Amino acid sequence: MTPLLIAQVGLTLFVFVMLLNSAAIMVYVERKVAALMQQRFGPYLVGPSGLLQPLADIVKLIFKEELRPAASDKWLFTLAPIISATAAFAAFAVVPFGAETTFFGLLDEPMPLQVADVNVAVLVIFAIASMSVYGIVLAGWSSNSKYSLLGGLRSSAQMISYELSYGLALASVLLMANSLSLTDIVNRQEGTWLGFIPRYYAFVQPLGFLIFMTAGIAETNRAPFDFPEAEQELVAGYHTEYSSMRFALFFLAEYVNMVTVSAVATNLFLGGWHGPWLPVSLGWIWFLVKVGALLFFYVWMRWTLPRYRYDQLMAFGWKMLLPAAVINLLVTSAVVLAFGL
Amino acid sequence: MVAFYCFASIAVVASLLVVAQRNPVYSVLLLIASFGALSGLYVLLEAPFAAVTQIIVYAGAIMVLFLFVVMLLNAPHEDTEEDLDRVRRVSGAATRLQRGPLWFGALLTAAFTVELVWALGREATLVSAFTRPAVSSVAAIGAVLFTEFAFAFEVTSVLILVAIVGAVVLARRETRERSPGVRPTGKV
Amino acid sequence: MPSLTDYLVLSAILFAIGTAGVFVRRNLITILLSIEIMLNAVNLSFVAFGRAFGTVDGQIIVFFVMTVAAAEAAVGLAIVIALFRHRESLNPEAFTTLRG
Repeated sequence: MTPLLIAQVGLTLFVFVMLLNSAAIMVYVERKVAALMQQRFGPYLVGPSGLLQPLADIVKLIFKEELRPAASDKWLFTLAPIISATAAFAAFAVVPFGAETTFFGLLDEPMPLQVADVNVAVLVIFAIASMSVYGIVLAGWSSNSKYSLLGGLRSSAQMISYELSYGLALASVLLMANSLSLTDIVNRQEGTWLGFIPRYYAFVQPLGFLIFMTAGIAETNRAPFDFPEAEQELVAGYHTEYSSMRFALFFLAEYVNMVTVSAVATNLFLGGWHGPWLPVSLGWIWFLVKVGALLFFYVWMRWTLPRYRYDQLMAFGWKMLLPAAVINLLVTSAVVLAFGL
Repeated sequence: MVAFYCFASIAVVASLLVVAQRNPVYSVLLLIASFGALSGLYVLLEAPFAAVTQIIVYAGAIMVLFLFVVMLLNAPHEDTEEDLDRVRRVSGAATRLQRGPLWFGALLTAAFTVELVWALGREATLVSAFTRPAVSSVAAIGAVLFTEFAFAFEVTSVLILVAIVGAVVLARRETRERSPGVRPTGKV
Repeated sequence: MPSLTDYLVLSAILFAIGTAGVFVRRNLITILLSIEIMLNAVNLSFVAFGRAFGTVDGQIIVFFVMTVAAAEAAVGLAIVIALFRHRESLNPEAFTTLRG
């Protein structure tokens, strides 16, 4: 029971609980921000200015009846939301959210604020993102209903199409940073140019940042890429037949995926926990601010832009985003080679 | 050592179930579990790049392809009456469930297993314990891959292109002259 | 600590299971899955030997084997789809037209 072991286990539990909380907070933020953008109030009855609304939602979902269609595949029907939720949480295991700290001198040597410090962290995130496709395609298949199957197949085809641009945008950052470890990538972004412009990769790779965020929105099946769960078209897509806690797991997986994509984008492009006016040991505050800004961007996109039709969505992914990502990678490698960065 | 036995038993049990049980969707999912266990074994062998590539390429892409095909074809499960009916429709004969080839295959496999395990297990004089230091960094792999194996790398990309074109051509439905009144049949 | 022999025996067992699948099963897709099991067993041997000799060549060969397996799975499944369209069955017994 060394202090290091206690710190690591504590950190793991802390990250898990914080992700659950973040999903609940996102439920509230989404509804409130959507309401304010649409000039209405949003939740205001439950708790002060509606702050306890997520709690009410969760209690309602727990008390709903657990239905399973008789013709559905018993094991796969329950396994699909488990896969989605597990992949969503597992991807956050390699994301660092703070500088190395000794927890006020309790530890002998500093430990990074990260559940697992793997030196191929970027690839691990990509691998787990490709695992989350299974939750959706199995949900669509095992429900044994036509809306679910269509929604599941469309959604998984969309996810694997946008994974390519996601990976290529990641690769452009890797070329600049020369390392696959997220901690190294963040540490290369500290400091400023000319004293006031921070050395974020978003300024060096603006196209890469845009491609990454777009592909991230498509990966998490959020608007404007949420055709597979469009209410007007497919009832509810792959989670049509789900109710109560299994549906809650899908919801949870979607919000935690959003948080993970925002956290990875912050680490790769926005400098992670580096920022002005605060010492590095308090850098997690900057991390939270940046992730919050990206999550607000997510919600803003949902309630501003109309939804892409499915063939437009796939054409955009393959014919516009992928060539843009390839060109970005080529230009980045040419510049890195020419200037010896 | 405990980790090795855990991963090894998951891999063996999952592979056995892939081969033994009837439902093809379950077979694909069990194979994904087996790949996950193998990925864990690669991590134990200090090959993190191989481990992550196994998940990305095998479990994340190839198995999705298998799953799509299994779901879209929706064929009857093996050796059910419906499956044998379809075979009879084609071959005309009264096809029964034949057990002979099964037993022959099982016998051949058992003999093969015993021989392989004997041949590989008795060479204890080989480098048994891992004495040399491991080279595991992705930078080392990249350095060798793009210099010594550069030709193989480029040929592999051509191979993938050929596979893409081939798959599209093979799986394409034969184009028929479509008159305006023709409804699609809904077949795959 | 597991030795090289442990990994080789495991690889042999997995390869044998894959071979059994190819001989015994009568569903084209499961036969393809058994071939993938065999390829993975061989990958495990390569990585184990690469580790034993302290080089990186094992992982590089594994990289190429995975790529070739992906290409082969794609083309194989395309053939399976084309075959299914003709005979509505995935049983290899349905494709015995050339039998004498």
